[in-house]
Amino acid sequence: MTAAISIRNVKKSYGSLEVLKGVDLTINRGEFFGLLGPNGAGKSTLINIISGLAHADSGDVSVLGHHVVDDYRQARRALGVVPQELVFDAFFSVREVLQIQSGYFGLGKENSEWIDELLDALALTEKANTNMRALSGGMKRRVLIAQALVHKPEVVILDEPTAGVDVELRKLLWNFVVQLNQEGHTIVLTTHYLEEAEKLCDRIAILNHGEVVALDTRAALLQSEICNKMHLIIKTAEEIVTLPQQLAPSVRKMVKQIDGHTIRLELYKDKDAIVDVLNAIAAVDIQVVDLETERADLEDVFVELTRKRASE
Amino acid sequence: MINRGFYTLFYKETLRFYKVALQTILAPIITTLLYFMVFSHVLEGRVMVFEEISYTSFLIPGLVMMTIIQNAFANSSSSLIQSKVTGNIVFVLLTPLSYVEFYLAFMLAAVVRGIVVGVGVLLVAICFVSVPVHSFLFLLLFAVLGSAVLGTLGIIAGIWAEKFDQLAGFQNFVIMPLSFLSGVFYSIHSLPPFWQFVSHLNPFFYMIDGFRYGFFGVSDTSPWISLAIMVVAFSGLASFAIKLLKQGYRLRH
Repeated sequence: MTAAISIRNVKKSYGSLEVLKGVDLTINRGEFFGLLGPNGAGKSTLINIISGLAHADSGDVSVLGHHVVDDYRQARRALGVVPQELVFDAFFSVREVLQIQSGYFGLGKENSEWIDELLDALALTEKANTNMRALSGGMKRRVLIAQALVHKPEVVILDEPTAGVDVELRKLLWNFVVQLNQEGHTIVLTTHYLEEAEKLCDRIAILNHGEVVALDTRAALLQSEICNKMHLIIKTAEEIVTLPQQLAPSVRKMVKQIDGHTIRLELYKDKDAIVDVLNAIAAVDIQVVDLETERADLEDVFVELTRKRASE
Repeated sequence: MINRGFYTLFYKETLRFYKVALQTILAPIITTLLYFMVFSHVLEGRVMVFEEISYTSFLIPGLVMMTIIQNAFANSSSSLIQSKVTGNIVFVLLTPLSYVEFYLAFMLAAVVRGIVVGVGVLLVAICFVSVPVHSFLFLLLFAVLGSAVLGTLGIIAGIWAEKFDQLAGFQNFVIMPLSFLSGVFYSIHSLPPFWQFVSHLNPFFYMIDGFRYGFFGVSDTSPWISLAIMVVAFSGLASFAIKLLKQGYRLRH
């Protein structure tokens, strides 16, 4: 089956800065794909190359088999992009903006019903005739999403769609995007909110310094070595200044931080048992009054992978 | 059949200036009429450019053409720079519109704005003084070609400029002097030989001279030469603008 997006050895430099160092990625049709990475990793440049807003120095990108340069018309028809910046055209109302965007794709009055559906789904019907300037940031963001979907593209890229968006709106957006995915649209998401990616994405790529440093299913990433780690945070009755000499060396090695009444330890889920740690602590007369555990999540995977590369 | 994508961009570009008509249509008409009133009041009866043509009548075609070309330039250049600075140019760049469609839509919207403002000036001016029409075809040809050339130049300037002041510089240091020194207010035959020669190097001179021929049937240079120069200038600039759009110069990074 043709890939939704195929990226082959894409390189891009701005002056002496190598932004993309030969990226290879295949995003399958119908996937909910997460593209993560710290600021400056090259995510936006990659998205700009896919959408035709930037040209790659070398390599090939196609959307549903249509090359984004040689067959740009078909590639762009297949693609809807929600840009990261909150951009809008201050001359027009919400409905005018959507009608104009629809017209660019060769669609006329026959698309009015879909425009009404989009307005309704994104809770914009009441604002349909309001000028873009008069909308709040959240509403402008929703219009951007409607604009990206106005030509019913099979592949939708959302570049940081929930940046600066309140909780309620974020929920509305995700419900809508999940529904789109269930209807068969391929969704590519970049976000700084890793819990969103963890919850929504089937597969995730992590980009760092212009290279793909991880590419796997969400489940596989969460079962990786990094996710084998967990943190145990112990609150003690007495203030701890130094660890007692008698504390078992195996537990002493786990201690990452001591701060007043708190001891933070790092354990490996597959070989360390919490009860053994607690017994060792009780054996040196430290009274535990409370404890909590923190399990590694996608954020830890992300931090670990991007940190590793930075230190290389 | 007209491509709907192209038509939509053209429609949007005309709707954009129509929505702020006070600034884009009425204001330039008033400004030009002020020139008309002041210059005709001061110079009527003192200057005779062509035989049997009053200075006030002589002035009208030049002022109309100057308005047409300045507004055509302003339309495409300001639309592009605004879209670039605010970032909403992406809404067009993400679409399947070809670079030729992009060019034609912006250029034709500039032609419409130029001609609407020019017709406005002409309609008010002929309330005060009558102007003959020697060749309507020449009038139309020069009005359309003049605004197309300046609309295209506006696209090039809008693509090149990255800040509003760069565009203002282009407008104030290139467009304004060239249009003011193109024989709007005088016949170049009244100039010393050296400045006559310099005027012939100014492409705007041919726009105004040819347009004036359409009214009076007399001109400083043969209207056919003016027409040929306009066609060559338009073809060259249009090819250059399309080339820039194809490359994505300062639009697709």
